[in-house]
Amino acid sequence: MATTTPSRNSTSPPMRPKPKQLPFPLSLYQTAVGKKWVMALTGLGLVGFVVFHMLGNLKVFIGWVPEEGAYDLDIYGEFLRELLVPLFPHGVLLWILRLGLITMFALHIHSAYSLTRLNSASNQPYAAKRDWIAANFASRSMRWTGVITLLYIVFHLADLTWGVGPAYSDWEYGRVHENLVGSLVRPAAAIIYIIAVVALSIHIFHGIWSMFQSLGWSNPNYDWMRRGLSMGIAALILVGNLTIILSIWTGAVGLEAGQ
Amino acid sequence: MSEETLNLKLRIWRQDGPSSKGGFAEYPANNIPTDASFLEMLDVVNEQLIEQGEVPVEFPHDCREGICGTCGVMINGRAHGQEKATATCQLHMRKFTDGDTIEIEPWRAAAFPVVKDLVVDRSALDRVIEVGGFISAPTGSAPDANEMLIPKDVAESSMDAAACIGCGACVAACPNSAGQLFTSAKIWHLNAMPQGQAERYKRTEEMVETMEQYFGSCTNHGECSEACPKEISLDFIAYMNRDYVKSKVKNRRLAGQ
Ligand code: FES
Repeated sequence: MATTTPSRNSTSPPMRPKPKQLPFPLSLYQTAVGKKWVMALTGLGLVGFVVFHMLGNLKVFIGWVPEEGAYDLDIYGEFLRELLVPLFPHGVLLWILRLGLITMFALHIHSAYSLTRLNSASNQPYAAKRDWIAANFASRSMRWTGVITLLYIVFHLADLTWGVGPAYSDWEYGRVHENLVGSLVRPAAAIIYIIAVVALSIHIFHGIWSMFQSLGWSNPNYDWMRRGLSMGIAALILVGNLTIILSIWTGAVGLEAGQ
Repeated sequence: MSEETLNLKLRIWRQDGPSSKGGFAEYPANNIPTDASFLEMLDVVNEQLIEQGEVPVEFPHDCREGICGTCGVMINGRAHGQEKATATCQLHMRKFTDGDTIEIEPWRAAAFPVVKDLVVDRSALDRVIEVGGFISAPTGSAPDANEMLIPKDVAESSMDAAACIGCGACVAACPNSAGQLFTSAKIWHLNAMPQGQAERYKRTEEMVETMEQYFGSCTNHGECSEACPKEISLDFIAYMNRDYVKSKVKNRRLAGQ
């Protein structure tokens, strides 16, 4: 039986042209490796925020401070607005930090979005079932845990920062502790918070490991620590935040009787 | 020769040409000796097909000793089959059990169009090599041995990367069809060595950017390294990322911009 191999061009054309090179830091961001680098750095910044956000929130356990006549969490909220006063006017440094956070968030999402598009254009699905060896649930669900986190942030801002929409009925600006407790004693809200914290921790577990690779932080002497570190930070964020949510939901932390 | 034989059921991807529609076809593979390799098993099946007057299955193969990188198919959803660090030609039928159904599919990636049946066009990998997978060296008489001293660790790291046979299993196994493991291995085996330094950053920039014209982007699943018949390490991807970012800064300085 003669079989024929159809003739074809010896050079397959590129799937996409090389982009025209922009001036320096943009030329890096034009490429996928550069986008991953930006994604890793912004991810690192965002993880830093998440950790400090959680550490701040743990002040809910201190509760009412009689000497100050206020909840410790409210004092902390005011402290953030007072950062470096009088060098910066009231609340200004906090806003500068927030702008940095928003920029990082935007870059993180934009790089994720454009890389996802690149990947789906480069990929062709198998007809038979794939048998994954190394890819784990966390790595395969990054896009979903990312989107869940994004939706959750909108909810979270409305619930506790702006006091609109899903916020609890007696929401009041500056009463951080009462707003938090008021929100989380509602089972529906607590469940949303739990889902979000779980999704975020899964996202961070793969994200931190991935960050080491994307930034090229690899050295055979220290590589064994990378998985452990990503597991540790993800676990810290998961346990810390879950403790807050569950303590309030179950009533272990509530409003002070004397208040 | 062992007496043992296997009776298997194969589901093989058949496709007449690049633009025709393919699909799975079922073939029995009976009396396959357990000593046979996977490719020899396909040879037996092809013999039967020829006897029955059918068109034999086209599959990629050449050296059959695990060094050329020509062979490579998806076997039961894994690139090069379930055995770790084994190319398809080195996979033996004793790893299967009697009565198994084996699904065989070609590599799939937008950059690897199917040529026929299980054969894909992997020339996109050549495009990546062409732009930087070499060093420039003066010709003339051979340099004296040990003229250029290379630390053992460096030589070993370079050799580990040079073990890549370019089969494309990394791209095939990757959910994003990324070419990172291949490209990073090809970059690192030169970038690690003193001979590769002159073109280090130009090479990295060119090869990464050509790779991105064809392949997806790495999301660090690690499937590539698991599928790799030569167990190329993910570390090389990290080294490549590091050198690439440096190259973006350095190359513009070298050019005096
Ligand atoms: S045929 Fe050469 S590596 Fe398998």
